[in-house]
Amino acid sequence: MAKRIDVSGLTAYYGSHKAIEDISMTVEPRSVTAFIGPSGCGKSTFLRTLNRMHEVTPGGRVEGKVLLDAEDLYGAGVDPVSVRREVGMVFQRPNPFPTMSIFDNVAAGLRLNGNYKKSELNDIVEKSLKGANLWNEVKDRLNKPGSGLSGGQQQRLCIARAIAVEPKVLLMDEPCSALDPISTLAIEDLIGELKDRFTIVIVTHNMQQAARVSDRTAFFNLAAVGQPGRLVEIDDTERIFSNPSVQATEDYISGRFG
Amino acid sequence: MSTAAVTDKRPGSLSGARLPKWSPWAIAAGSVAVAVGIGLGAGLGSKVQWGLIAAILFVLGTYGITARVEGRRQAKDRVATSLVWVAFLLAVVPLVSLVWTTVSRGVKVLDVHFLTHSMGIVADTETGGGIYHAIVGSLEQVGLATLMGAPIGVLTAVYLVEYGRGRLAQAVTFFVDVMTGIPSIVAGLFILSLMLILELDPFGFAGSLALAILMMPVVVRSTEEMLKLVPNELREASLALGVPKWRTILKVVLPTSLGGITTGVMLAIARIAGETAPVLLLVFGNPFINTNPFDGAQASLPLYIYQQYAAGGDAAYDRAWAASLTLIAFVMILNLVARGIARWKAPR
Amino acid sequence: MDITTTTDVPPPASPPSLTERKRAARGATRPGDRIFLGLSRGSGILLLVIMAAIAVFLTYRASLAISRDHGNFLTTFEWNTNLNPPVFGIAVLAFGTIVSSVIAMAIAVPVAVAIALFLTHYAPRRLSGPIAYVIDLLAAVPSIVYGLWGALILVPHLRGLYGWLDTYFGWTGILSWEEGAPRTMLAVGILLAIMILPIITNVSREVFRQVPRMHEEAALALGATRWEVIRMSVLPFGRSGVISASMLGLGRALGETMAVATVLSPDYDIHASLLNPGGGTFAQNIAGKFGEASEQGRDALIASGLVLFVITLLVNGAARAIIARRKEYSGANA
Repeated sequence: MAKRIDVSGLTAYYGSHKAIEDISMTVEPRSVTAFIGPSGCGKSTFLRTLNRMHEVTPGGRVEGKVLLDAEDLYGAGVDPVSVRREVGMVFQRPNPFPTMSIFDNVAAGLRLNGNYKKSELNDIVEKSLKGANLWNEVKDRLNKPGSGLSGGQQQRLCIARAIAVEPKVLLMDEPCSALDPISTLAIEDLIGELKDRFTIVIVTHNMQQAARVSDRTAFFNLAAVGQPGRLVEIDDTERIFSNPSVQATEDYISGRFG
Repeated sequence: MSTAAVTDKRPGSLSGARLPKWSPWAIAAGSVAVAVGIGLGAGLGSKVQWGLIAAILFVLGTYGITARVEGRRQAKDRVATSLVWVAFLLAVVPLVSLVWTTVSRGVKVLDVHFLTHSMGIVADTETGGGIYHAIVGSLEQVGLATLMGAPIGVLTAVYLVEYGRGRLAQAVTFFVDVMTGIPSIVAGLFILSLMLILELDPFGFAGSLALAILMMPVVVRSTEEMLKLVPNELREASLALGVPKWRTILKVVLPTSLGGITTGVMLAIARIAGETAPVLLLVFGNPFINTNPFDGAQASLPLYIYQQYAAGGDAAYDRAWAASLTLIAFVMILNLVARGIARWKAPR
Repeated sequence: MDITTTTDVPPPASPPSLTERKRAARGATRPGDRIFLGLSRGSGILLLVIMAAIAVFLTYRASLAISRDHGNFLTTFEWNTNLNPPVFGIAVLAFGTIVSSVIAMAIAVPVAVAIALFLTHYAPRRLSGPIAYVIDLLAAVPSIVYGLWGALILVPHLRGLYGWLDTYFGWTGILSWEEGAPRTMLAVGILLAIMILPIITNVSREVFRQVPRMHEEAALALGATRWEVIRMSVLPFGRSGVISASMLGLGRALGETMAVATVLSPDYDIHASLLNPGGGTFAQNIAGKFGEASEQGRDALIASGLVLFVITLLVNGAARAIIARRKEYSGANA
């Protein structure tokens, strides 16, 4: 089910400001790819171009190509709505729908697609919550509001919501930055399990986390403040952290700047 | 664990069939054309009906065409979009008509003579006459109301923000909210009940009292908001210099928020300047110039509009529109200046 | 108990009284402070006194009138205050006030919500700012001007609509028309809707603007269309705000005097059809009957005003309660 992403020559703007410039990379299916780099280097912006969320921001626009198994996300006649169905996303701060129950939160994406039978919905919600390692904690209170859960549980609820619609790719924008270490660990374990089924891309500020969870790592950097962010290199995580081919990467990883 | 494979109910491809970008315009043009056709064919007199038919056709057409080409969900989305646009355009029509009519009819008799003469002995059916007496009445009544309402409102807000703790402050806060919702005619009836007890005849100041009651809660609310914006550090800095609290409030807090308070007061003035109902009950109206608000019936601009309307006839209607234009101009200028001050003096 | 213990222990040299300590806590020990506190607290108390006086005096004059009333104040379908003894009741007014406000709300709330959504989610950003500003200004147009416009411009234009409604829905009874001037409850409802549109729109727009971006993005990332985003995150978040905005609008519609007085051709009776003249509202009846009313008649009008006062208090109180609840709710989820 997971799909490969091929990005070529991608540039993204906020109004007239160029946020990232000329990025090309390949994201392998059934793997975890981590984006690291200093603040403001455009890694979150780049992530949001992968499911056309970037253009939701006022003034946001994109040039270049993003191929999802050979189909261009930015091609003519492509509906951003169906792109986002294929490429799910988990945000920095957990954002369950505050007025919906836990069950409804997970079922929200499915309901958009229309006619699932009640039993089908039950099955998928259970499967998704199990997939997000949340089932045992919430199975007795599925009808309680999602906002009553702890931060870490809310984030796993958001993951369950995202995987319920069976996307091909799962984007995660610093999914643990608002969580405590124990919840972070739970999410990291979960990412390891999910990569068997999905292509996962994760933005993180935490280099240990990148080293722990990812198969490949991409390092982004910007020449100066106000300059667009660029992809410095992408390689197997092991190589990036042991023997990167670019000096800037090594400086960043060893903490010499950034 | 349920492993029962649920059939994927999504279309496989990212790009379903989509309508071209110009399609909403095409559907709109088509609906208008059909509506005009129906309107002419059925001989419908009112252009409003033509518009309604066009709007309905547009919404239905959008749904039908999109549902066929793009699917139900997209169709719902497009219908929502078109409904929102239609609602906006529908609402714009009366509001534009209101402003346009007031301006275009108002300028007919609005001139220097109109502004500087009273109705005096001009009969309602005749042309001529003016609103000088009404302007005088309005300015005096609103002025007196402001002299009472604004200080009490500002002081109450100062009490709530700077001193207010406990039961009394809670009660005041609650009743300010309640007071905001009092219909203007009820405020008028209240003063009327006092006048019935004291056996007084209508006079300008009675109207001012009712207007002041309507003004106070508005001033309290806006001033409260402004005072809350003054950072506590400023107060503490002043208190730490040994400045007494009352001087801190007068010299530091109030000046800092002066722009915002002025804006609030001006908006409140704009609101009471257009009030008709209490003036109708308490000031009664008077075709002659009466400059003394404490004795005898007076005129007022909104009341003048009502009385000219009630008199009927083209001459009176023209005067009503001209007076409306004057009143709207006054209110709008107050509003614009007030907002200007708010923007200019906004706390940095 | 207290007395015995305090006599055992000698009091401190100068025991500050409770009021003095309170005053010191407020920093009001200097004369200037005391005067200023007195002034500002006095203003607050004056406000309470005014509110109490409104209730007391209206109730007093109303009781004078009602005690003389030979009809039933709540159910009589007449308003003959010049008879001796007078016969009057508010049934017609209550009916008319409710009917006109319900029509106004039924039209204004959906349209206002749609315009608010238009401004926050559909309109080009360059347009939405100025439009919101203009709507703000329209909320300040005096009601008498709306009334003049309603009577002279809107009413003549309603003939077409009335004829159409009569042709297709006349059979329902409530929309049948006898070809009279359209100065009826429906016209009043439509005009009130136009008048309360700006305020409901403004408050709703504020609420919709406060919907956290992350809730909208959550829906977007699931592949929701724009409308689905609104249904999943904007409307649920804004619901209580829209309700309280509507209540504020309702409060205005209930108490509106001049616009109703100019448009409605009053008739102290209840009619089945909204398109035929008939009915009246509390505020309109007061303005209309006041001129020819004797003192007895004025007291009767004050009695009807008291009822209006109570109704608007309840409606506004409900609106405030909803706003207060919303604050707790949004705080818990911040």
